[in-house]
Amino acid sequence: MSNTTHTADHNGDRRSWIGTSLPRKDGPDKVRGRIRYTDDTRLPGMLYAALLTSPVAHARIDSIDTESARTLRGVRGVFTGDDFPFLVGLYLGDKPPLARGLVRYFGEPVAAVVAEDERTALEAIHRIAVRYSDLPVVRSPREALAPDAPVIHPDMADYAHIPAILPEPGSNVGHRTRLRKGDAEAAFAAADVSVEGEYEFPPGDHVAMEPRIAIAEVRSDGQVVIRTSTQSPYGVRAIMSRCLGIPTGKITIIAGPVGGGFGGKAGIQLEPLAYLLSRSVGGAPVRLANTREQDLVTSPGAPGLQSRVALAARADGTIIGARIEYLFDSGGYADYAVNVARAAGYACTGPYNIPNVHADSLSVYTNHPFATAYRGFGHIEMSYSIERTIDLLAEKLGMDPVELRARNVIRLGDRTPSNDVLDENTGDLPECLRRAAALIGWDEGSVQRIDAHTVRAKGVSCYWKAPAIPTFTDAAAMISFNEDASINVVTGAVEIGQGIFTGISQLVAEKFGIHPERVHVVDETITDRSMHDWTTAASRTLFMVGRAVLSAADDAVAQIKRVASAPLRCPEEDLEVYGGRVFIRDVPSHGLPLEEVVLGFIYPNGNAVGGPIVGRGKYIARHLTSIDPQTGEGRPGLEWTLGAQGVEVEVDLRDGRYRVLKSACVMDVGQVINPALARGQVVGAMAMGVGYTTRESFAFDSRGRVQNGKLRDFKIVRFGEHPEYLVDFVETPQRDGPYNARGLGEQGIVGMPGALASAFSRAVGRQLMQLPITPEYLWREARAAEGPRSAG
Amino acid sequence: MKRYDGLSEVSLIINNRERRVPVRPGDTLLRTLRETLGMVGSKMGCENGDCGACTVLVDGKPIKSCITLTLDAVDRSVTTIEGLEDEPIQQTFLDHYGFQCGFCTPGMLLNAHALLETHPDADAETVRCWMESNLCRCTGYEPIEMAIDAARERYRREGSRRR
Repeated sequence: MSNTTHTADHNGDRRSWIGTSLPRKDGPDKVRGRIRYTDDTRLPGMLYAALLTSPVAHARIDSIDTESARTLRGVRGVFTGDDFPFLVGLYLGDKPPLARGLVRYFGEPVAAVVAEDERTALEAIHRIAVRYSDLPVVRSPREALAPDAPVIHPDMADYAHIPAILPEPGSNVGHRTRLRKGDAEAAFAAADVSVEGEYEFPPGDHVAMEPRIAIAEVRSDGQVVIRTSTQSPYGVRAIMSRCLGIPTGKITIIAGPVGGGFGGKAGIQLEPLAYLLSRSVGGAPVRLANTREQDLVTSPGAPGLQSRVALAARADGTIIGARIEYLFDSGGYADYAVNVARAAGYACTGPYNIPNVHADSLSVYTNHPFATAYRGFGHIEMSYSIERTIDLLAEKLGMDPVELRARNVIRLGDRTPSNDVLDENTGDLPECLRRAAALIGWDEGSVQRIDAHTVRAKGVSCYWKAPAIPTFTDAAAMISFNEDASINVVTGAVEIGQGIFTGISQLVAEKFGIHPERVHVVDETITDRSMHDWTTAASRTLFMVGRAVLSAADDAVAQIKRVASAPLRCPEEDLEVYGGRVFIRDVPSHGLPLEEVVLGFIYPNGNAVGGPIVGRGKYIARHLTSIDPQTGEGRPGLEWTLGAQGVEVEVDLRDGRYRVLKSACVMDVGQVINPALARGQVVGAMAMGVGYTTRESFAFDSRGRVQNGKLRDFKIVRFGEHPEYLVDFVETPQRDGPYNARGLGEQGIVGMPGALASAFSRAVGRQLMQLPITPEYLWREARAAEGPRSAG
Repeated sequence: MKRYDGLSEVSLIINNRERRVPVRPGDTLLRTLRETLGMVGSKMGCENGDCGACTVLVDGKPIKSCITLTLDAVDRSVTTIEGLEDEPIQQTFLDHYGFQCGFCTPGMLLNAHALLETHPDADAETVRCWMESNLCRCTGYEPIEMAIDAARERYRREGSRRR
């Protein structure tokens, strides 16, 4: 019974998989073009949908003539808003699957065709004639809040919403978060200096390389099955059920690998319409896929912002008060934007210890394309506004901006804007800031004249982010075993590029002391056979799914010990599972290979006990509360990831052309599980931050129509433009995280606009208050800086 | 000049195999690959020639298959990601984490492969000129650049054997 062949695996010879740059599990398939995304499957009998979208931003729909489209051969159905009298929304049910009566943004779906092939569907779309009567277009949050502004959702009072979201009917306010901490008015009265800045930028887009797609069918027994490119299979199921009245158990969401998420696939997207179309044509599978143009404009993107931040400080640079207003441009519908504004509210000061805060963060309807979650979830917009204002304060105080930040950064024991105390798991921001400044050589000078017209300049920022999640955010996991004692792990997570299944395999391998190659993580989530999971978003998947997986591992280990204790004739407590064996801790040579235990132990005479072991694991967020609607008090943030960034740019003052030379990020992430994957997340986020700051926003004409709705003119960062990336981690343990890890997927973008705007401002000699910072903007500001007369 | 009308059958050489496929004059090579032949490794990212996810090689040169007519590839040699087997660039993409979500990867690999086959001594500027036609949203490009740098030596070494 005892087995001595595995003795090298235990004691003294333990290899750790935590902190190891393991290759990606999905790598071999990804470099051979064999990974299957949602659009890579053709189902038998599949039909094809196409959308007609609105060419105007705000209008009444007077009539839709579908006659000519219906008669085209191969068309199975033509549908308009009146065919689908439902309202869908994540928090606030405000959006019809197809516009009904009103269109509220340029690109909104107005009609849909289902046909036998895509070509026919597109041809039919061109045969639909819609008559619109233009309505006044609301082009910014401030315009939307003006007393005489058109009300974009006249029926708001009738919309269903969750209790935490408080729409204000009769206005364009989807939600308002108030933060009242200390006495901001008194702080400003007592201050030696105060500064105020106003900031603005238009909405943008995620530009995931894979456009969104959903393929829906209704089986003969009524089961709704949807294959979709989503970060949130369980969220889609829950919202479909709530908004369309389908019992949850009658919906199956199938989520395979996603070609980039960035928050854009975290909510509910094409799924309700795909289902309604399938139902309307007898349940056949219907493929509803975005064109790139629809993915940019019709499906939701990143919110725009108008903001105002005032800071009050003592002469020594100690910030004592903040007055803040964030107006998020949610576009025509609320989607995630109401919660984005809430997150920016409870994080409103950035990672600084400010005792007196008066802040309002609003999600405001406009006639722009609507907004959803975007990497950073309100924290980028917030951070940009705060970091710019801190630079204004540094300028006014004549103080070094790094020193000013170091004096005010938040630490263990300080209180957040929602009056929550930062606990022992708080990262070391002063250390992050010190290292980030060192990486870009801040002390060697922040502005350098290269020649008559070329300037190099540096900028720094600090940032923080906590996941904006429900108080009951959960994860579950299951572990089972194969005959060779290799392990299967089932979760509800989705692979969106972050490498989650590689990370999970490392956690399980560490627990069992086996090679991660012996850990098989199921890479597809199917809601009725995978494990419940909130959403792959908010940088919480490694943390929470990781916790659930470790709890499943503990459960399996306990069962292994129980089964093995009889044949090994010892108390369960004396046993250890490691290196593919279960053995007596103090007599390691006395044990059994797991192959002889995990599917049941067989005695020499044939008697068997135990049976296949299944480890069950779960996690649910702890101690979270909703925030008070009047004061914002509460505990909305599970864990705060803190960090600092630094950049160096070079600007040609003659024409505003620039290069980003260096981009540094130092983040306190707790224990790094896979350094290569962690670095990849941070570098990718910084690249996105460069694009976000310098070009990625929609251009509108005076009537709210998007002028750059194609990838040809909606530019993202290209190969060769990327700066030198400098990444470092501080590892203050997150003791409730898996092996002390905390979230890091989004955070690398959060401080980028602040740091870049700071560097660019220093380069041109003027404080830049708007995004995007284009060469033209730099050129204009550089000219204005030369003298008041040329400021124009 | 040959004239095509309606549906006709043509011969394509894809990954060194001859394939007979039905084609309409307006069909793009990307649609023929994905929909007619089921070769879904080439990705549809924009269908406007902007993102490069659909990049394949025609006679060894990278082209965007979403804006190339299938008829323009008749009697020419097409290489798709399915035909790229154990090339050095695939290994160095793995070694340097040259992808995350993987959607741009087939096009990125084919372009990088053609680059190094054509210019095994490519300097940074040549690499940039070639690679800037392919968008990646995940990696920030640094790991892709590293993968190309790491593969360069092997293409140089193996170049004579290949040609």
